[in-house]
Amino acid sequence: MQNRPLFLKLLSAVIIFGAWEIAGRVPVSYAFPTFLESMSALLRMTLDGSIFVAYVETLKPLIVGVSISAVFGITIGLWVGLSARFDWLFSPIFIVMQAAPLAALIPLLVMAYGIGLTSKVFVVGIMAMPVIVLNTSTAVRNTPASMKEMARSFLGSDMDVILKIIIPAASPVIFAGLRLGISAGFIGAILSELKITPTGVGDIITYSRSIADYPSMYAAIFSIILLAVLFLNLLEKLENFLFKGNDLGYVSD
Amino acid sequence: MSQTKEAFEQSEPAAENAVVAHGISKNYGDVQALQNLSLEFPRGQLTSLLGPSGCGKTTLLKIIAGLLEPTSGEVEVNGHAITGPGPDRAFVFQDFALLPWANVLRNVSFGLELRGVAKSERESIAEKYIHDVGLTGFEHSYPHELSGGMRQRVGLARALSVDAQVLLMDEPFSAVDEQTRRKFQEDLLSLVQHENKTFIFVTHSIEEAVYVSDQIAILLPRPSRVSEIIRPTNFRAKGAENIRRDSEYLDIVDEIWASLRTYVE
Amino acid sequence: MIVFGYRLPGMSSLLVWGLLWEIVGRMGVTFFIPPLSDVLKTLFEILGTPAFQKALGETAYAFAAGVTAAITIGIPVGILMGKSRLLDELLLPWVNVFLSAPLTALVPVLMVLFGFGMKSIIITTTLFAIWIIILNSRAGVRQINRSLVEMARSFGASPLDAFFKIYFWAALPEILGGVRIGIIRAVKGVIIGQLLISIVGFGALFELYSANFLMSHFWAVLIVLFALAFSISEFLAYLERRVAYYAAKR
Repeated sequence: MQNRPLFLKLLSAVIIFGAWEIAGRVPVSYAFPTFLESMSALLRMTLDGSIFVAYVETLKPLIVGVSISAVFGITIGLWVGLSARFDWLFSPIFIVMQAAPLAALIPLLVMAYGIGLTSKVFVVGIMAMPVIVLNTSTAVRNTPASMKEMARSFLGSDMDVILKIIIPAASPVIFAGLRLGISAGFIGAILSELKITPTGVGDIITYSRSIADYPSMYAAIFSIILLAVLFLNLLEKLENFLFKGNDLGYVSD
Repeated sequence: MSQTKEAFEQSEPAAENAVVAHGISKNYGDVQALQNLSLEFPRGQLTSLLGPSGCGKTTLLKIIAGLLEPTSGEVEVNGHAITGPGPDRAFVFQDFALLPWANVLRNVSFGLELRGVAKSERESIAEKYIHDVGLTGFEHSYPHELSGGMRQRVGLARALSVDAQVLLMDEPFSAVDEQTRRKFQEDLLSLVQHENKTFIFVTHSIEEAVYVSDQIAILLPRPSRVSEIIRPTNFRAKGAENIRRDSEYLDIVDEIWASLRTYVE
Repeated sequence: MIVFGYRLPGMSSLLVWGLLWEIVGRMGVTFFIPPLSDVLKTLFEILGTPAFQKALGETAYAFAAGVTAAITIGIPVGILMGKSRLLDELLLPWVNVFLSAPLTALVPVLMVLFGFGMKSIIITTTLFAIWIIILNSRAGVRQINRSLVEMARSFGASPLDAFFKIYFWAALPEILGGVRIGIIRAVKGVIIGQLLISIVGFGALFELYSANFLMSHFWAVLIVLFALAFSISEFLAYLERRVAYYAAKR
């Protein structure tokens, strides 16, 4: 049955949402609305536009933060990958940042930059940067030696090798790093909304919770997860399409 | 320098040997890959470097290409010592070294691209060589859509398109299947006849070396040295299909195997 | 990097950064960055204090409980998914969803359902770690060479024997890799949990010190946390290397 995977995916969605519906009716807890209740809240928010307004607010620090991380991250990553000295100096910092719970720095950032857009951009930035830098530098360093040699044998200059060989060869992994960076940035954006000041979607969540409007709260959370998953999956499809045939694919976490 | 002397030097016939290696040594820390190796490569002919693994033949080839620097000794191409890669030499890689993100046309014209040749010009040159290696119709295909044999032909077309006088080939047929390999060997014979270039060919296959070469240099390992130079003569003119049963061919193959078998690990 | 002919060890540039920290701190560039020496002094002072021990205990408890749950649930689920195609097709989309979803968004739900205490924090930690453990365990099982399976059957191995003597070891490198990444995520989970849910453990210390502008204390606790996270990660990397000798040749 060729449509089996799709059928099973739909089946599992039905099972989970069905379980949600049942759990809401039981009820598991007074704070657990049913699936249908949450979906109607979501519909309401979509129709009156409030959810779009909220997302504009939430996406601001995300877009700004990720863009800045991307520009700085790829540049630093290229430098670290190309220069052994830079690698020695900067890699350990980013390796430590990658493993560490950077969320712990949020109180510090709030102290330093207040509770506005700046600190949220910072939160998104520090969560996205390490993986972008590390992916870029690893990809650059792992460029196949024979391709670099080939370019040199045909009289390519150093700049030729960087622009025509190293960067194109590293692109798939750099792109994957961007995708992981955006994923981490999402976490940063939501974290900063829940922790620093509620705006955008974070505001919907905290406000609904405070007035015990649980369907709205669950609806908002459902929408974030849906959005993040759809967007990241789209990026992955784009990645596979752009870099078809580049069997240099590997992704770090 | 006086004008007469200059004119005289420039009108001298081109040297007998396109490439000469003098006393090449190469050390990697304590390991000595090549030790005081000297070899001459006659112009317009195909010389093979044949030997078991670890005898330094690829190292020597890369030194001649200018991709590696010798610890001591020098290489002369057309009478001038080399300092790095140059327009007079082109390299064909064992693992093809194609750009996976570029199509065949761009890959073949890549050598010209790096030399700053204008796009329309380099593409028309590339198209000629794509036709010569038998890949017409595949100009817009990508490497991952091609078989191993076709990819190597792209690599060969790329090396031919820069019109270098010396073509360096590093085990170019080892990554393709046996039947394709045989076809390549036959094609190489006609290529050597039609192109006025000097070929230096690294291989570890005895049959292959005796089949294609005008001169075979046998290298032995530890320390790397040229143990003998063989010049098969009589069967070259008999035609590609008849060489493999010629008795001189078979004798030479047996001789070489007898001297190399002790070096197999 | 090579200086005067000696190869410098991998993370040694951290010493340079430490020196930079000291200098910047002494220069008094910003109130937020005290000299490293002050921070280290404070670190040793607070290590023994009951407040710190309590915080460490609370955090370690939540972390250990969360990780244990993630491992004991995650590895078997991953293995079952690797072996059963039906289960795999049903569950894999969800595992992928939660792997890429911003799990932080789920924390309010946990708070509402399970209260503002340790239970929610532990569940947060588990959720952060479990998905990658499931995915890697599944991958480890799926790549087991067919020949190994056939070999086991041809020699008449019982299912239990086959599992513990062959399949477990064949899948171990991937499983360990998943556990290592999972543990790093668990550390992030436990901190995010503490920041959002209830202020206990290290989260409490961070709030306390930042509210009172005790910068040296703040950085000291941060260093301890980062050092712990890093050591755990390195220990697991060491375990991975121990089995790496056969990983490439399975």
